Amino acid sequence: MDFLSEHQPELLPGKRQLPPTQGVLEAPHGTTIVAVTFPGGVVLAGDRRATMGNVIAQRDIEKVFPADEYSAVGIAGTAGLAVEMVKLFQLELEHFEKVEGAQLSLEGKANRLSTMIRSNLGMAMQGLAVVPLFAGYDLDRERGRIFSYDVTGGRSEEHNFAATGSGSVFARGAMKKLFRDDLTEEQATTLVVQALYDAADDDSATGGPDVARRIYPIITVITEDGFRRLTEDEASGLSRSVLQKRLEEPDGPKAALL
Amino acid sequence: MSTPFYVSPQQAMADRAEYARKGIARGRSLVVLQYADGIVFVGENPSRALHKFSEIYDRIGFAAAGKYNEYENLRIGGVRYADLRGYTYDRDDVTARGLANVYAQTLGTIFSSAAEKPYEVELVVAEVGETPEGDQIYRLPHDGSIVDEHGSVAVGGNAEQIGSFLDQRHRDGMSLAEALRLAVQALSRDTNGSEREIPAERLEVAVLDRTRPQKRKFKRIVGRQLGRLLEAEGAGTEAETSEDE
Repeated sequence: MDFLSEHQPELLPGKRQLPPTQGVLEAPHGTTIVAVTFPGGVVLAGDRRATMGNVIAQRDIEKVFPADEYSAVGIAGTAGLAVEMVKLFQLELEHFEKVEGAQLSLEGKANRLSTMIRSNLGMAMQGLAVVPLFAGYDLDRERGRIFSYDVTGGRSEEHNFAATGSGSVFARGAMKKLFRDDLTEEQATTLVVQALYDAADDDSATGGPDVARRIYPIITVITEDGFRRLTEDEASGLSRSVLQKRLEEPDGPKAALL
Repeated sequence: MSTPFYVSPQQAMADRAEYARKGIARGRSLVVLQYADGIVFVGENPSRALHKFSEIYDRIGFAAAGKYNEYENLRIGGVRYADLRGYTYDRDDVTARGLANVYAQTLGTIFSSAAEKPYEVELVVAEVGETPEGDQIYRLPHDGSIVDEHGSVAVGGNAEQIGSFLDQRHRDGMSLAEALRLAVQALSRDTNGSEREIPAERLEVAVLDRTRPQKRKFKRIVGRQLGRLLEAEGAGTEAETSEDE
């Protein structure tokens, strides 16, 4: 990063001079990302919709990326900037690993992302914010961890589950009712699909599973064995079983009252 | 005022080459071999932390003999070059040929500049292809020339002898265990022709394995896996990816 800023500063996000704008700049925005931990790892998932105002800009955008072998980042906010930020983040982790011969600690990776978001503050104030969710498996502590961010780069560790993006309010509500400490990996992946379904249910900017076009959420699992993205078949299987249940109970599983 | 001695350019260059060659010859040799599924790097290295081989990019590996601080400098330069290129364009646009060219330029400039001492290093840049025919191995001697190698290459102290030993015995399509054992055999030959034993702990081994599902094909072989490969008699040489990177 320091090398880049010396040699090719034009490649760095956050170094650009922006012309003053009036009103809101129209650019595709990504929406809901959710994460949930389970004993042995963490699941990070995102819906597939990008919106531009009231228009659906893209139906099958990918918003969850592996950051390296043991972590992943999901992005909400301005899609173009966010994808660039992730690319640079991936590059930096890989570069560090090759030069130093060892991986950054999970904490170190989370801090690095924080700095990158902060450098985007100028853009964020013009309405082009990037708000990622970072999840990874901490090899030292031997558990999955989730970090959430705000537009100013403020970083906070989330316990159990977290969500970001426009549908996050609804997703968080769903997860709050469904989460428990002893989830298996399969239950955790089902939980995120339920949460994304609820987000899509109440937030117009979040896309639900699209059976007709075979577009399903991106679900990734990070454990001791590293990063794994669920295949198309696995994701469609999960989504279909959730959809099937929702045909009987449109509001999803009921939690106990007391 | 004393008149500086006249030294002919030929003599000056020969002296510098001699100096660099002697420096390189002090270090232990290392070999790079093609095998059926990729390229294997083998060298004698008592240190676990100071590597002679390392990853440059997805399909590109780096090996160096000579002075540590000098080749480490070149290695980091190479990683920067590759990462910057891959970020600016695309991961596919980083090639061993391009990297070898940059190294050749750097080494050549340093070698012929009178202000600096020549680098006492000899490098190997290797890229694993989709098929064995696509593999590329470049050897870069201290003076900035490039030699395009096939099959096997040795650099460092006893390189000539080891190189001819390997040339006679290396064939295409060897398994990893076969290639590894051949490499160890070659490395255990001393300058005076006698053989000595190199224990597995003193070996540094890395592969560029084209069968790896990840984009990054470079992998170090350490510990038990190395022991297994050295002991394996021919069959059953599938490298496991469960070991740490």
